[in-house]
Amino acid sequence: MREEKDQVTIHGLICPRPLAHDDIVVLGHGSGGKMTQDLITRTFYPSLENPTLLRGDDAAIVELPKSGRLAISTDAHIVAPLFYPGGDIGRLAVAGTVNDLAVMGAKPLWLTASFILEEGLPIFILEKVLESMKAATHEAGVIIIAGDTKVAERGKADGIFITTSGVGVIPAGRDVGGAKAEPGDSVLLSGPVGEHGIAVLAARGELEFEADVASDVAPLNGLIEIMFKACPSIHVLRDPTRGGVATTLNEIARQSNVSIQVNEINIPVTPPVMAACEMLGFDPFYVANEGKVVAIVPAEYTEAVLESMRAHPLGEHAVRIGSVTDEPAGRVLMKTTIGGTRVVDVLAGEMLPRIC
Amino acid sequence: MKYVTEYRDADLVNGVLDEIRRTVTQPWVVMEICGGQTHSIVRYGIDQLLPPEIELVHGPGCPVCVTPLELIDKAIAIASRPEVIFTSYGDMLRVPGSERDLFSVRAAGGDVRVVYSPLDAVKLAQQNPDREVVFFAIGFETTAPPNAMSVSQAQVLGLDNFSVLVSHVRVPPAIHAILGSPHNRVQGFLAAGHVCAVMGYWEYPPIAETYKVPIVVTGFEPLDIVRGILHVVRLLESGEMAAENAYSRAVTFEGNKPAQALIERVFETCDRKWRGIGMIPQSGWKLRPEFAAFDAEGRFHVADIQAEESPLCIAGLILQGLKKPHDCEAFGSQCTPEHPLGATMVSSEGACAAYYRYGRVEI
Repeated sequence: MREEKDQVTIHGLICPRPLAHDDIVVLGHGSGGKMTQDLITRTFYPSLENPTLLRGDDAAIVELPKSGRLAISTDAHIVAPLFYPGGDIGRLAVAGTVNDLAVMGAKPLWLTASFILEEGLPIFILEKVLESMKAATHEAGVIIIAGDTKVAERGKADGIFITTSGVGVIPAGRDVGGAKAEPGDSVLLSGPVGEHGIAVLAARGELEFEADVASDVAPLNGLIEIMFKACPSIHVLRDPTRGGVATTLNEIARQSNVSIQVNEINIPVTPPVMAACEMLGFDPFYVANEGKVVAIVPAEYTEAVLESMRAHPLGEHAVRIGSVTDEPAGRVLMKTTIGGTRVVDVLAGEMLPRIC
Repeated sequence: MKYVTEYRDADLVNGVLDEIRRTVTQPWVVMEICGGQTHSIVRYGIDQLLPPEIELVHGPGCPVCVTPLELIDKAIAIASRPEVIFTSYGDMLRVPGSERDLFSVRAAGGDVRVVYSPLDAVKLAQQNPDREVVFFAIGFETTAPPNAMSVSQAQVLGLDNFSVLVSHVRVPPAIHAILGSPHNRVQGFLAAGHVCAVMGYWEYPPIAETYKVPIVVTGFEPLDIVRGILHVVRLLESGEMAAENAYSRAVTFEGNKPAQALIERVFETCDRKWRGIGMIPQSGWKLRPEFAAFDAEGRFHVADIQAEESPLCIAGLILQGLKKPHDCEAFGSQCTPEHPLGATMVSSEGACAAYYRYGRVEI
């Protein structure tokens, strides 16, 4: 006779219901199945929705503009930490691609975004990043029309990697490019240098220093549009990201086969960035920016462009930092604060704190 | 920025430069001993603003540059071990060893980390009791106190997973070596302000006396450097072979006594090989026997590693002030900051890197 306690009651053949996993990213979110679909509709759509994206087809279909040339750019974004004073990877991913289009004279219209998520990533982090992307796309006046998500095993990605591609239209009459600088041109810069690089480095916490610096990451297309109103014949625009203004000026000098001569005393640096650079042995001229633009314009437009820039919040502190000359071609020269001259070269590799 | 901006003031610097021009009557060769000063001189173009009578030569005061090749090889051997977290000041990572650098160790899976202070490495050892944390303790008298402090703290904390790979060097024996060389051209010295902030400058009057050269303790900002040069030129012109302090806002005659006591407690002097120069007697510091447990060379059995320098590199002659970087055939061609043949091209304080970076290639 069986004991009462051995009796088994069967309530019907029901497998345990799978957990929804709506709090962290698991590998199933990248399977392409229902979980992927749920992640897209619950997490991605609320932030990024627009009619083109919601159609949910394999490719987004857009109408070609009636005139102008297309500008297309793509940029992968990896940043640690994901959030830092002044920005985060989402804002960076939008601004990075928008700025690459804008500095070619294009009006950015559409972005696509591809996400690599690390297994174990809390969903609320992803939501925060998407909210930030939403805000940045509104700021820039662009929409995300296609996207993709994959999940990498834990340890094989650093939280979130985002690749954005963008398409913009260059209105007729604009002709900017790195090879267009001409002797006599003025070199303008939209504001103080080095904020993004120092903000991220400080937020990383590895070097145990604190700096009251916020990243300047911002979409620059609004600022650039008003600059074109002041001067339709801008020669060169570039956003001085990794390698800083020094590297950007070197690229332009080489592409245009001209010399760029800058005056150190005119280069704006905020006191906290200066202090951090002094401490770490960095030169702010080589530190990354994500919300600054270098413009090379015909000399006669110098004041008009500066005035237009200063009327925009992202160009308030715009200054003329130097000029373009014939010789020595391909080189950037700097007049130092005490009146000496030196060549400004590109950064050799990773910027390293000096020993003493 | 307070205490920085005023020392970069063009008018003040030009005032001192004028005074130097008024004072100088004949050619003088002056060596700035410290790499930090070399960096400032080329960064601000100070050498171009000096009267032609004054020739600056760049001394061996870059800690990264003079760290011997075999020590880099030892660091690489230790950093490659799976149980090790290897920590270092930033610019040591790019210094080429015989075959590779610490960056490539990291790329191959080694755990190599940049720290800003050796005390961060001690913290890492506390946080990772199952790993061996090694700190690359190099540098002059400036980094010796924090490096000594890390060993002292590790001892107090009873950490048995922390050790240091030591290659400390001292300035005064190097000055002796340069002045005692039969090829010496140096007639006056700018002594390194930061080193003197720790050690004082009581060691210098006897050297100035013995070799009949003036030595002036000098800071690092443009105004500090031109003032140091003005002091040296005045002493040279008047034939007064003394040691003077032109950096009194940071340096006293005795220096920082507690820091010196800490160094004394943890380190003892030893003969030390300088990259590019060779052995200089009594020019280094090593751990005292009572701290042998913290010596990474012993712990990881790397004491026997030997290495030979690249035959093309003339870093040794440059560090002694006998050649300029652009006198080297490899400068700017086979040897660049991206692919350095010798350590003077690696560190931003190295004379070759400073020349390359700030364009002392003829333009």
